[in-house]
Amino acid sequence: MSASALPKSVDAMLELLTSRGYLAERSLATVAYLSLRMGRPLFLEGEAGVGKTEIAKVLSAALGRKLIRLQCYEGLDVASAVYEWSSAAQMIAIRLAEAAGDTDREQLSSDIFAERFLIKRPLLQALEPDVAGAPVLLIDELDRADEAFEAYLLEILSDFQVTIPEFGTIRAPQPPIVIITSNRTREIHDALKRRCLYHWVDYPEPERELAIVKSRVPDISAKLSQQVVRFVQALRDQDFYKSPGVAETIDWATALTELDARSLTPQMVGDTLGALLKYQDDIARMQGDTLQKVLKEATSED
Amino acid sequence: MTTIDHLNPPTGHMADNVVGFARALRAAGIPVGPGAVIDALNALQAIEIGNRADVYATLEAIFVKRHEHMLIFAQAFDLFFRAAEDWKHMLDSVPLPDHARKKPPPASRRVQEAMAQPSMRDEAPQIQEQELRLSVSDKEILQKKDFAQMSAAEIAEVTRAIANMKLPQAELRTRRHQPDAKGLRLDMRRTLRSSLRTGGEIIDIRKLGRIEKPAPIVALLDISGSMSEYTRLFLHFLHAITDARKRVSVFLFGTRLTNVTRALRARDPDEALASCSSSVEDWAGGTRIATSLHSFNKLWGRRVLGQGAIVLLISDGLEREADAKLAFEMDRLHRSCRRLIWLNPLLRYSAFEAKAQGIKMMLPHVDEFRPVHNLTSMEGLIAALSAPPPPHHMSRIRSAA
Repeated sequence: MSASALPKSVDAMLELLTSRGYLAERSLATVAYLSLRMGRPLFLEGEAGVGKTEIAKVLSAALGRKLIRLQCYEGLDVASAVYEWSSAAQMIAIRLAEAAGDTDREQLSSDIFAERFLIKRPLLQALEPDVAGAPVLLIDELDRADEAFEAYLLEILSDFQVTIPEFGTIRAPQPPIVIITSNRTREIHDALKRRCLYHWVDYPEPERELAIVKSRVPDISAKLSQQVVRFVQALRDQDFYKSPGVAETIDWATALTELDARSLTPQMVGDTLGALLKYQDDIARMQGDTLQKVLKEATSED
Repeated sequence: MTTIDHLNPPTGHMADNVVGFARALRAAGIPVGPGAVIDALNALQAIEIGNRADVYATLEAIFVKRHEHMLIFAQAFDLFFRAAEDWKHMLDSVPLPDHARKKPPPASRRVQEAMAQPSMRDEAPQIQEQELRLSVSDKEILQKKDFAQMSAAEIAEVTRAIANMKLPQAELRTRRHQPDAKGLRLDMRRTLRSSLRTGGEIIDIRKLGRIEKPAPIVALLDISGSMSEYTRLFLHFLHAITDARKRVSVFLFGTRLTNVTRALRARDPDEALASCSSSVEDWAGGTRIATSLHSFNKLWGRRVLGQGAIVLLISDGLEREADAKLAFEMDRLHRSCRRLIWLNPLLRYSAFEAKAQGIKMMLPHVDEFRPVHNLTSMEGLIAALSAPPPPHHMSRIRSAA
């Protein structure tokens, strides 16, 4: 994989993403382009399944950079996000030193806090030099981590350096391309957002969604793909607790193709609704009249 | 630029004036020590005291040590050093502001009362129990409510009481660890580092324990007409706990839902409440609990109910249009938080029965149902928040049946 140069314009960025099968809105391409040009982290917020994580994967592949992913969760700490000392290896080193009769304490402590005992976690890996160029660092679902981690991240994102008390400071020769995603299960602090370029990733327009389905599910018939997209778009207009995202549309289209469906029937939709709606209340609301109405809209020939 | 007659040394009143002014500030809630008064007197010797702006800047630099006190200071200064007005007279009567017809700005009522207290001694104020008005006006009264009417006595009482309320500080065990001698997890890193002092021999084992943090609180406060007697007091309460805890979100609802979390972050209660009231459009109108809960569940539920939040629903439950939708939204809210506590001022009546349709709809979906109409019941609430939560699943099993 060869490292390609950073895109020189918004159009080039759009081109780059499209060539990898990511059909982005122009506004998203603009923000992504700016974040590369300005070296600022890209902060993507939006409903689940609209393609936030995907863009990081596509960018790293298109630019030929390494993708380093940090999945956030509650209780994420420095040991699992940045670095950890390998205690077992250190203890063995101590025992070996004892057996060899080394009793110089100073020497011992500098020996066992050497780089070879350091276990590097995603954030530290992202600061390391790479022949292909700085890696793409994806910090996924930051809202799941707690505030303490956010504060720590703020520090890393402003200096791109990590200080390890026993070892010293590690600084990135070239800052990584940072992409942060959030599903908004918690509001991220303003201080962090201020350092980033912010973009709200919305559900795609019908035409774009149709193009996405066709590119992701190549086996789908033209008629079915249109019906699927119309049906999903109609669902999003309904007042559901959790509207289906693009990922759900693709899943559903794939499921229908697997079942050899040619067009949508009430039976078929009822059986596969679980690919689209993930809450019992929402599924219960989609029975009977509502289903008929939405289906009629989706399957009417225009 | 007016000159300050009564600050002139010839009248010999300067020291008296500064001391009196300091007392007025103290009564209005700014902590001013005797050292500051001496500093102020010395500083006033060094400047041209005929210049009001200079005097203002000087006294402010000495008496105001916190940003949130600036507003109170400004108003106290204006009242106290009004030109051609005898300051002694000031201390005995409530001066009418020049713009008596205009809405007083926040905090000014407090400053006036502070000046009006004859001997500046703390009286024990009475919290007056207002009669509850049991009328829900269907008409939406769109008006801006003035919060500057909170009296100094009330504020003093509420803030003192709230300061004495022990807020539960540790109730949720997070998944994060910190050094703790009684902890359960081995801290290899620190153990190894300390072993280096003994040439690699591990003598003392370092441990890690879980960090405990207060649970986030989400308050949903009903501001409809029937609740108007209580709203301001609750907001004070919420403002106080917003101060003490990092994670408190506050929503007001009448006919629509407003998020006032940021407005409540202002340090001074008057300022906080004023910015609250300016961001809300339907004070003391009717209630649409179901609609408001629906918009909360849809727009905010996922965003603020994570991390084991406790929900305080503060409402009298007097909803005209109670139907299955209300029960549905209550159920959803109940399922998405750790604990749902309903605070209802109507419970102060011992003969209270859940007769209203809305109340009947909502009751099966709450974990706790508590009165909240005075400081005593607020203290009870604090105690309930500190206590370990009752088994959460009972009510869920009931509502599922």
